[in-house]
Parts: sequence; C-alpha cells; structure tokens
Amino acid sequence: MAQIKSLKDLESLKNSVQEIIDTRVKGNKDGLVQIKVAMGTCGIAAGAKSIYNYFLEQVDAKKLDVVVYQTDCMGRCSEEPMVEVAFPDQEPVIYGNVDKAKVDEILDKLGK
Amino acid sequence: MAKFKMHILVCGGTGCTASKSQEIADRLKSNLLDKGLENEVQVILTGCFGFCEKGPIVKIMPDNTFYTEVKPEDAQEIIEEHIIKGRKVTRLLYTDPDKKEHVADAKHMGFYKKQLRIALRNCGFIDPENIGEYIACDGYAAVAKCLTEMTPEQVINEIKLSGLRGRGGGGFPTGMKWEIASKNHADQKYVVCNADEGDPGAFMDRSILEGDPHSIIEAMTINGYAIGATKGLVYIRAEYPLAIHRLQVAIAQAREYGVLGNNLFGTDFSFDIELRYGAGAFVCGEETALIHSMEGKRGEPTFKPPFPAQSGYLQKPTNVNNVETYANIPIIILKGANWFNKIGTEKSKGTKVFALAGQINNVGLIEVPMGITLREVIYEIGGGIKGGRQFKAVQTGGPSGGCLTEKHLDTPIDYDNLIAAGSMMGSGGMVVMDETSCMVAIAKFYLEFTCEESCGKCSPCRIGNKRMLEILDKITKGNGTMEDLENLKNLAGVIKDTALCGLGQTSPNPILSTLTNFWDEYVEHVQDKKCRAGACKSLMQYVIDPNVCVGCTACARNCPVNAIQGEKKTPHTINLELCIKCGTCIEKCKFNAISIQ
Repeated sequence: MAQIKSLKDLESLKNSVQEIIDTRVKGNKDGLVQIKVAMGTCGIAAGAKSIYNYFLEQVDAKKLDVVVYQTDCMGRCSEEPMVEVAFPDQEPVIYGNVDKAKVDEILDKLGK
Repeated sequence: MAKFKMHILVCGGTGCTASKSQEIADRLKSNLLDKGLENEVQVILTGCFGFCEKGPIVKIMPDNTFYTEVKPEDAQEIIEEHIIKGRKVTRLLYTDPDKKEHVADAKHMGFYKKQLRIALRNCGFIDPENIGEYIACDGYAAVAKCLTEMTPEQVINEIKLSGLRGRGGGGFPTGMKWEIASKNHADQKYVVCNADEGDPGAFMDRSILEGDPHSIIEAMTINGYAIGATKGLVYIRAEYPLAIHRLQVAIAQAREYGVLGNNLFGTDFSFDIELRYGAGAFVCGEETALIHSMEGKRGEPTFKPPFPAQSGYLQKPTNVNNVETYANIPIIILKGANWFNKIGTEKSKGTKVFALAGQINNVGLIEVPMGITLREVIYEIGGGIKGGRQFKAVQTGGPSGGCLTEKHLDTPIDYDNLIAAGSMMGSGGMVVMDETSCMVAIAKFYLEFTCEESCGKCSPCRIGNKRMLEILDKITKGNGTMEDLENLKNLAGVIKDTALCGLGQTSPNPILSTLTNFWDEYVEHVQDKKCRAGACKSLMQYVIDPNVCVGCTACARNCPVNAIQGEKKTPHTINLELCIKCGTCIEKCKFNAISIQ
C-alpha cells in the first residue's frame, strides 16, 4: 500500500474507495429516487436479475442519485420483469415488461 | 473488483458479540458462498448500533432493513428469503410496542427518531478494521486540513469556538485545555486519551473505540499538532479486549498508510501513538492518577494545580481528553465550529452519548443533542418503564452523580442543569429506576463501589466513605436511628469539601441527592423499619396467610431454624424473631401461602 504523503494522496485514495460504502450511504440518504426491481420467482424466471444488474451498472456509470433495491413479487406476474420507480413524496409508478431499452428510457427521463 | 450490490451489516460490539454475532456473520458468509453470491453481497462486522436491548442487530443495505434479535440459525433464511427473493423476514423485524406493527427501518423507530449521532456517526456503518472505509467517510481529511491549511492557533480557536466541553464528566472547555498546553513550553509534550471508563454500566467509550477507532487516532493527531506534542498515549482498561484489539489494528493500519508516523501529509509534523493498559482501578480514570499509573507509580491522584496541561506525564505539558470528546474533533474541523455550536444549549454544545440502563424497555447506547429533556429520553427513546411500572428516579453520572426524580423530567439535559438538580452529567451512564428500587439500597450500592475503589491517600475518602457505608448498612439492616441520618448528611458534606480528588469529592453525591429527594424513604427505614420497595431483605417479614395455609407442615419440617409452628392441618405461623429470611419455606410451600411483606 502506497503511503499517503499529501492531501492529494488522501483525496485520490478517498475517490477510489468511495464506492465501498456508496451502497450504505445511499441507503441512509433521504430524498433519493428509489427503484425497486421485483425479484420473486416469476421475476427471476423472466430475467429480472439481469435488469437489476443493468440498473446498478447504469446508475453507477451515470452517477445518478438513485438507490436500487430488489423486492418481492409485485403480483402482476404476467408482466414481469416489473420495476417500481418512486420519486420522494410522490406516488410510485410501476413499469411492466421492462427490458434493457426500457431501463435506458427510465434512467434518461430521471435526469429531467 | 465489481461493487457489492447489497451490504449486510452485523453488529460487532461486545454486547452482540457475546450473543454470537460473529457466528451470525460467519454463517451469512458461508450461505452466500454456497449460493455463489460472495462477490455480490458483502458481510461486515460493524460497531455498536446502540439498540442493545434488541441485539444481535443485522442491517441490510441499501434497503435499510433493520433485523433484531437475530440468531445464527436465521442466517440461511435471511440469505434465501431476503437477499435472493427480496422478501423481508418479518418475524425478525422490530415491532413497535404501541402500534403493534413491524417497523422495517431504523429511521421510523421511536428509539432512533430523536437521536443525533455525531460521536457515533460511523458506529454501525463502517467496518472498524478497515481504514479504507474510514477514509471513504472523510476519514483523516480533518487532520490533513489542519496540517496543510491551518496553524496550531487556528485549530485551537476552532475548537474553542465550537464550545466543546469534556465528555468524561468534568465538562471543562476542551479548546481552553488545549490552549493552556500549547502555551506551556517544553522539549516534549504529550497527548493522552482517557479510555479507562470506570463507571459501572457505562460503555460509551468502549463502543466508540470498538466501532470507530480511527476517529480517536485522527483526533489525537490533531490535538498533538495543536499543542506541539509528537507522542500520544491511550490509557485503556484491560477489561476491554475487543476495543484494545480494534485499536491495535487501527494503529497498525494508520502507520501502514502513513497517517501516523513521520512527516504526516508531507509536513514536518510527526506523531505516533502507543497503548497503555489500566489494571481495573476506578480512580485511574482521574487524570492525575491516570498519569501516575502510566509513569509506573501507584495510581493515586495528586493536587491540582499544577494541571496536566502545565505539568503532566513525566512532568511535561500533557492534554488528557476523554474518548467521546476526541470522537467529536474530526467532524468539528470538517464541518466547522459554527455547525457544531448550533446544536445543544447555550453553555453545552453538541450531543452526548448515554448508556441507557435499568428498568427501561430500550436498554442501549443513545446519542442525543444537549437540551433534550429526560422525559423524551426515558419515554420516547427509552420506550418507557419496563412492565408498565411507575418511574421513580434516574441516576446520571454513575457513582459520582445523583438521582433525578419526577419533578426533573422536563429538565433539558445539559451540564449546568444537571448540577443544579443535584446530579451531574458524568461520563454518560443513565440508570432508570422504578418502584421496585430502594433508594437507600441504591445509595449503598454506589458507596460500596467507591469505598472499594478509593486509593486510600486522603482521610476524608478513605475513612469518611467507610463510615458512611457503615451507617447505610445499619439503616438497610433495620438498625438505623435518626441521629444516623444527621451524621450521614454532615459527613457527606464534609467529605465533599475536603477530599483530595474527584472520586472522594463526588462519592457523597448519590447519598446527598437521595437524602434530599427521598427523605421519607430513609425515615421509613429508620423509624418504621420498613422498605417500601421490598429490596432490603432484613426489613422484610415472611408471613403465612392463615386463609390459604392448609397445615401440610412442609415449611415447618424444612425450616433450618425451626421458626415455624403449627399443628397438622391448621394454619402455621412464622416466629419473626427466629426467622433468618432464607426463603426455604416459600420454596417448599405448594399452596403459595407465604409472602414477603
């Protein structure tokens, strides 16, 4: 481990380790957009896991202020993979038959 | 390395460790390995979450699910149901006792709502054995700022402006203490962390050391820079093996990363820390006794002045600060004194960590802003008195403090208000009592402790406390007189005024405050030979109810002193003069005919 010999060294180390605790920081923060991916058996069978992973990848890459959770089956099994998007203090919106293209669309619209 | 998608935080404080939290963590890891998820889900042991009543605690992030009373056997279900299927394990969620519903996340729990975790900011959040996680939370940024952007005077001024006062109990302004040490010149100065934490039942400092040891290392380095000291010592009691281990790991990592040692952050300031172990003497929590103990002498206090800031360890200028005081330093530097001094009351800024114990529902570690009332702490955060019983008193400040009663419940908690009410802040122990607590017995309990711990150097403490204890013993055994009560009061006053150090000066506090607030109870013990709480065994009478007793003779046959008389099949009686109150008769009676009154 290279020693920290200056303020700059500390800052660059901090940037590289930040992601270790990022998930925890987001979990504690209020006011973030919450994205819940249904991961009941039906969801997993319909490919929800890769949607969940793709969400996480994209949120990280675009550095969005979004926290992604997995949750249980939402009930409408024929429309899996299902995703719920909740803005703070607003009614959540549920999307059905979500694929990677839809993920991109959802995340694009978030920025606006 | 791909980022972990979910984090499982398992409480690794001593309390939860004693309840197998290490095993819970191990089983979670092995279950994850079985399911091939070891690279997606991280399990870490953190410091204390504070909700000790409901431990072991397991928290899942990012969904912020708070599981309570977890057992190692639950690990598989947590992985299979929550991690894989996203279904919370509802039976492990906290149940709100009033609304009788599950509360999934800590933000909505009565226990946490009014807390403000500053000293405990990283406890329950980071892995204390990983310096990377501390750095990710702005760790060592404060000391870097001090060393590269501030002069020692500026650092001292910032701490003075913050209004931070010593959290060990004395409440002396920290900035002023640092200023005095900085103005005394010597070829070597020292910075000492007082981690002795002798108050029975107190574990604020232990939790900070177990959960966030780097914050103390950083703060001591800042203190060293401010006063011109290059050596730091942590005096930690040997009874804290986990805290010692975490501190040793942290110091080793800090040295490895170059934040302890020579030429820190490319400046010419060097600082390093060593550990010294206490051997179980309460008096060594007093700073002069602590210093002498570190010097290899018997832990006895000496007169102040000179204060350690003028002449301390090895007669050099020394700053001795409590663990919790230090825990506040890095964040004051980072967020600024003006952020800190907006919290709390006019003369008591910031927060205080309390170890909430006794007859209360939510036993554990809490951190609240100064100025919160006792009522809020006991009823909202503490969840009220156990078993729905009546609140009687709350002892703050441990063996140096006093009891506060119902009339003090709306007092805002701060240094000066507690002293005005006949108690003191102390290091943060808060013991709640209900109607089953005998105030005379409580005073005796604390005095027994201080007598045992007295170093013996000065007569008021060595002899005076012993005499007070003898009087209290007489009273609890039913042999007290009104003259005894007068003597007790006078003796307490004299000891307070004449003892050499804080131990002796404050040991009469529990007695004086119980005499003031519970005079009737003392008189009852003395004149009526009665203990209304039912705690003083010698004052209790064992009585057979003649309406229930069937005369089976089981009690009489088993009484070791033949104190029970009666004919077969007729109600028996106990001769109170012979009765030794051993309780055998109650054990043997199959009809519940015998009671203690």
